[in-house]
Amino acid sequence: MDAIRADHLKKTFGPVTAVNDVSITVQTGEIFGFLGPNGAGKTTIIRLLTGVLTPDAGTVTINGIDIHRHPLEAKMLMGVIPESSTVYGDMTAEQNLQLSGKMYGMSRALREERINELLLRLGLAEKRRVLVRTFSKGMKQRVSIACAIIHRPHVLFLDEPTSGLDVQSRRLVIDTIRHMNEQGSTIFLTTHNIEEANTLCQNVCIINKGKIVAQDSPERLKKMFDTTQSVEVSFNRPVTQDLFKYEGILRAEPCGDKWRLYTDNPDLVLKYLVGRAERESIGITSLITSGPSLEEAFVQITECA
Amino acid sequence: MMEVPLFLRGIIVITGKNMRLYYTKPPVLMFGLLFPLFMFFAFFVGRHLDLVTFFPAFLAMMLFFTASSVAPLITPWEKREKTYERLLSYPVTQDSIIMGDVAAGAIFGIGISFLVWIGSTVFVPVSITNLGLFILAFILGTLSCAALGTLLASPASDSPPNVMIFSNLIRFPLIFISGIFVPLSQMEGLGLALAYCSPLTYMVDLFNAAMIGTSVFSPLVDCGILAGISAVFILAGRLIQKRNMIKGM
Repeated sequence: MDAIRADHLKKTFGPVTAVNDVSITVQTGEIFGFLGPNGAGKTTIIRLLTGVLTPDAGTVTINGIDIHRHPLEAKMLMGVIPESSTVYGDMTAEQNLQLSGKMYGMSRALREERINELLLRLGLAEKRRVLVRTFSKGMKQRVSIACAIIHRPHVLFLDEPTSGLDVQSRRLVIDTIRHMNEQGSTIFLTTHNIEEANTLCQNVCIINKGKIVAQDSPERLKKMFDTTQSVEVSFNRPVTQDLFKYEGILRAEPCGDKWRLYTDNPDLVLKYLVGRAERESIGITSLITSGPSLEEAFVQITECA
Repeated sequence: MMEVPLFLRGIIVITGKNMRLYYTKPPVLMFGLLFPLFMFFAFFVGRHLDLVTFFPAFLAMMLFFTASSVAPLITPWEKREKTYERLLSYPVTQDSIIMGDVAAGAIFGIGISFLVWIGSTVFVPVSITNLGLFILAFILGTLSCAALGTLLASPASDSPPNVMIFSNLIRFPLIFISGIFVPLSQMEGLGLALAYCSPLTYMVDLFNAAMIGTSVFSPLVDCGILAGISAVFILAGRLIQKRNMIKGM
């Protein structure tokens, strides 16, 4: 059974068509990335999938339950982390989690057990009795995540969960997403961070102007649009552009203390660089090759659409 | 089948959350507690009014202000803080949220007005001629006022001050046309016509029937109108909020 299935969703706000005939299928247990430029309709689709908005046309099922015909049963199966950390500032972290647990009908004992476990996992154990309004953005986002996963949902929706977070908070959030997926939750993730989608998701879907323009695995999407690869190299002393005048190098760009070289044949470029450095007694301090990026595919897809 | 217990649980949890978060918010304390007290002192001090006769109307006014002051704050506050969207993603419906807001307002109204009534019995020789009617007046009165509060919170605004100003614009005139300071028997023309449109009129009349034993209308009429008004306010609030949701507000 599909964890999430949306068929021919349509939503208009006055004259604006925010979502136009969108169909999405997410398999149970997968991490599904949902990408799109600002204003593409990502948040509207999340609101339609989670039952916050009613579509003008189309259906949404969560584990086979129609969310607009049986909203309460469907919502019991899912957790939602909205775009901004939507927790009650005038409650403590623990009180926010208690409220969430009560909403899902959890017993007092189970709530206590899960609250202790989540506060520990998300690094909030010592702040459990502190009012959330005094928390940093990252800490508020961790409380928001804890509220959404306290009942171990079958399906977890995350709308830009790492947006604006510091490195530590971002890592904690990513680890928690992975942990929830390992525990069996299906993850639906919208993000601006292409690298995040690339490393986390088994499948990604790109939306633009309310329509789905591409849907596949990150690797296949990358291959579909660009075959250019790059080599990043740095040396133990400054070098000039002349060093990269070689037929296998399409373009060379300085990139901080490194050079990024674009090529169709990284093998050939690597051999050239090692030979040339040896001849001119230059030390190579780092050498990294990278394939076509999802970011490039994303830009091309959204520009074409 | 599973939906009814989930719906009821949603109302209970949301009511508890509202009670914890909003009872101590300054606008609720200001317009729900202090304002009716100031109104009472403004009209009573130095005017040699018969406090025993005036007391049922004062109690109705207290109930009106307290019960209708909580709900107008909740929805705009939650929309501003973005917690409204999180609330909708929980296994609750918009109806559970509306009923939770009505319940929180009603409990606040009953609690505070009951304390005022108990406290007042020390200073004023108030009596109750019909206890059943008195309890009914409390329940129907607070329900209709809390429902009015929910209706006032329905416009698509995420600014609590704007909604509080709008709500006071509607609530304050009602106390002057509902037989509190001027008895219905002394009103005529447009004033009387307006009085018939105010839910507070029937609350005051019902409290008069329960505490003094005299009323303009039959208590049955008062009860029926208050119950009907409550239903109309809740349904109208529900309709407006659903329309807002469709528009994405």
